[in-house]
Amino acid sequence: MINKVVAGPDEAVKDIQDNAVLMLGGFGLCGIPEQSIAALLRKGVKGLTCISNNAGVDDFGIGLMLQTRQVKKMISSYVGENAEFERQLLSGELEVDLIPQGTLAERIRAGGAGIPAFFTPAGYGTEVAEGKEVREFNGKMHLLESWLKADFALVKAWKGDTSGNLVFKGTARNFNPMMAMAGKITIAEVEELVEPGELDPNAIHTPGIYVQRIYQGESYEKRIEQRTTKIK
Amino acid sequence: MGLDKIGIAKRIAQEVKDGTYINLGIGIPTLVANFIPDNISVVLQSENGLLGIGPFPEEEAVDADLINAGKQTVTTMEGSSLFSSSESFEMIRGGHVDLTILGAMEVSENGDIANWKIPGKMVKGMGGAMDLVASADNIIVAMQHCSRSGKSKLLKACSLPITGLNCVKKIVTDMAVLDVLPEGGFKLLERAPGVSVEDIQNATEGKLVVEGDIPEMQIV
Repeated sequence: MINKVVAGPDEAVKDIQDNAVLMLGGFGLCGIPEQSIAALLRKGVKGLTCISNNAGVDDFGIGLMLQTRQVKKMISSYVGENAEFERQLLSGELEVDLIPQGTLAERIRAGGAGIPAFFTPAGYGTEVAEGKEVREFNGKMHLLESWLKADFALVKAWKGDTSGNLVFKGTARNFNPMMAMAGKITIAEVEELVEPGELDPNAIHTPGIYVQRIYQGESYEKRIEQRTTKIK
Repeated sequence: MGLDKIGIAKRIAQEVKDGTYINLGIGIPTLVANFIPDNISVVLQSENGLLGIGPFPEEEAVDADLINAGKQTVTTMEGSSLFSSSESFEMIRGGHVDLTILGAMEVSENGDIANWKIPGKMVKGMGGAMDLVASADNIIVAMQHCSRSGKSKLLKACSLPITGLNCVKKIVTDMAVLDVLPEGGFKLLERAPGVSVEDIQNATEGKLVVEGDIPEMQIV
């Protein structure tokens, strides 16, 4: 099997240049590529366009790269938990495209699947529809939406093998599988890196063909945004 | 006078039918899950990739990799399944989810909903709301009848940026249960305990349709 292992996050992101277009997996702080983000902070690349469902919180996830002004543009569906984000957006320092979540997911999937555009009903009659082609199917109006691709996709999985096959856990899967498909270079960080053959081929979520680099991260923080427990 | 959030959630729970798949929005809709009767089986969908949301975990069972759309830690039910965000919205867009319950800032008399943006003030984003309202067959809105400043939220036309057009079917507020009529207008079905038809009329800016005696909501 092809060996895609790199030594760690710093080697994995070493050729990410200023003004690169990135995809970053995760929903809230669940399933985010926290070690690759940390490496980007150390590297200090600027002018990044980040395609990610959310923008982290002020002191974790993409929020950290907002504090250091490394992000020029965010393409997201919901950015509600980040005060610095809201400040930069309202002051015009940060460019933001807000996209309905399902449309965002499908545009990324389309990018990886070689489908340049598709019609969806989401956003018809709203600000999202401005400047977009509208077409009626079965009596219902739809908007034409185009694919999204990235120079680098940064994804996080639970387990992976050295040839790039990935398995996700719980709801940490979210945007990671589509982003892995839509990145020109996909960098996967995993909690547990194993040899080929150790993962059940029936249970692979993302086949290794989509992954160019893989490393095992160390001491994951996996921060929880809303720790909610059963009332006793 | 009128219902509290728990009361609204309890009344909406009466609308839930056995054997259905349901997406609950953040806020009051999330509370609905607590009041679904034991003899009714439903599966709750979470847009971030879970069918079969279970109760909140015990402290020792908290898992950072298992959250709901409100980013709260949850558990899985027996028989649940996990999937990606694109598949989650394929379920939603494809019409496989039977009922969507969500909050709103404004609803118009033709069923338009606004719930994602207050220009110049709040820019959180639409999340999955636009996909949900564009595709769901049955949408129930849970909200207060009036804003904190006393302004009606049931309007002739929405003043805030729209989330979706002609999509809301039913509204449950602290004051009333109303259907949105296909030809336009809010048809009053029930009133909250202690609330009169006149109170509801005064709190509704859009066209209110009142036919016959309006019963009081039965909430246990």
